[in-house]
Amino acid sequence: MADFLLYALLGGVGVALVAGPLGSFVVWRRMAYFGDTLSHSALLGIAFGILMDINLSVAVILGCVLLASVLIVLQHNRQLAVDTLLGILAHSTLALGLVVVSLLDNVRLDLMAYLFGDLLSISLADIAMIYIGGLLVLACLYFLWHPLLAITIHEDLARVEGLPVNQARAGFMLIMALVIAMAMKIVGVLLITALLIIPAATARRITNTPEQMALGASIIGAIAVMLGIGLSYWWDTPTGPSVVLSASFLFALAYSFPKSSSYQ
Amino acid sequence: MALIALENIELTLAERQILKNINLQVHEKEIITLIGPNGAGKTSLVKVVLGLIKPTRGKVVRQQKLSIGYMPQQVVVEPTLPLTVERFLKLVRRASNKDIQNALARVGVTHLQRSPVQNISGGEMQRVLLARALLNKPQLLVLDEPVQGVDVGGQGEMYQMISSLRDELGCAVFMISHDLHLVMASTDTVICLNQHVCCSGHPEHVTQDPAYLEIFGQYQPQHVAVYTHHHDHHHDLHGDIVQGGASKEDSAQEPQNQHNHEGCNHG
Repeated sequence: MADFLLYALLGGVGVALVAGPLGSFVVWRRMAYFGDTLSHSALLGIAFGILMDINLSVAVILGCVLLASVLIVLQHNRQLAVDTLLGILAHSTLALGLVVVSLLDNVRLDLMAYLFGDLLSISLADIAMIYIGGLLVLACLYFLWHPLLAITIHEDLARVEGLPVNQARAGFMLIMALVIAMAMKIVGVLLITALLIIPAATARRITNTPEQMALGASIIGAIAVMLGIGLSYWWDTPTGPSVVLSASFLFALAYSFPKSSSYQ
Repeated sequence: MALIALENIELTLAERQILKNINLQVHEKEIITLIGPNGAGKTSLVKVVLGLIKPTRGKVVRQQKLSIGYMPQQVVVEPTLPLTVERFLKLVRRASNKDIQNALARVGVTHLQRSPVQNISGGEMQRVLLARALLNKPQLLVLDEPVQGVDVGGQGEMYQMISSLRDELGCAVFMISHDLHLVMASTDTVICLNQHVCCSGHPEHVTQDPAYLEIFGQYQPQHVAVYTHHHDHHHDLHGDIVQGGASKEDSAQEPQNQHNHEGCNHG
């Protein structure tokens, strides 16, 4: 197999494995739009990363964390509904990112690669980053799993029972930023949320516990990555959208069968 | 010493006064029922007691290492989250499988152990929530409208359960009643709240009052009692206090209870 294909598979599967559990939380906490907003701001992170000459992945993570903090502050004394607020921030940051990138005339930037992903040009260094970042994310999720699940079900109850609610929330934001920085390589800014929520929603159909669903989402995501890369390789379609379409296909497949009584 | 004591609590949220001048103490094994109209600040007061909201002014003194079992008003679990009743109860960290089985048996819903939480009825969910509160081995049970949405017969059963739990566990109970007049019979103190404490006292048995007998006679509600309000003021549409206006309840019946209105600083 060609090196670039092997790298693409390794990188894509790595991201999918991490996206499974995180995506499950995004679904449970109804944060799909929040994920969109964070990922749309990633391009702005890239632009400022170039301007300030820092590592682009670090810039994206910083940008996401900053935006998440702004959101939390705005939500507290809000005049607008949350979805309106998210919509404004998502598209303003994306637009600003596009404008700033266009002004950087001494830098050549493959805009399409950032918007739609460029899995086939993934390097060994990228893979290293994905796996180190991925292990970090999974470790955080392992330690935060219990409090995060508890606050997802009822935050006040979790707080009264003495769980570290604030730490869990902050940790979740950070994890989200990390995963977005990683997933950007695979599916691009515009499609990150799809990679998070579609495998999780698919796994819901065939699982009975939160842990099964998280693991199932990882496996389904990994299969979608493999299918997508195959599709892209044989028919020369763009990789990111192919991966997302494969995930949608698996979703439709899972929901086209009658619901099994063993899964409630 | 009181398990928890509130001193001169005031709460203002977004420039709106929610609570003012609240003084209360919860003692060991005491049952306190909080009643009041919608928007009176009942849930806010409970959240102050639980430490979920920091009051704008005043002091909350809590006994050290006080263990609290909290039953929120409503818990709706996302249908996308696969969760059985058993797994829901395992969210209480120190609960063993045996503890969970015992708690479920205590509230009479052992058969629900493996059911998804989304498939059980509102009344069953209330019991499961009570079971979760018990798993915290509480010295203080805080219940936000525990019998809301439960029929009159079921209400009596639930109240009996709560009152016998108090005797078994020796815990205090601080709860909100969804009804302005009907409270749990074994309540020691009823507090009527409308931003401030309007009045407080001991409830009377339903069966002693012919008016309630007429309404509830056929159901023969047990474990439910009537609380007769004794206000020396009433609230206008804006919730502002109007001095001296006697409400209907006051004129209908002579005050029988000791009550203290010194806390009402109107203006």
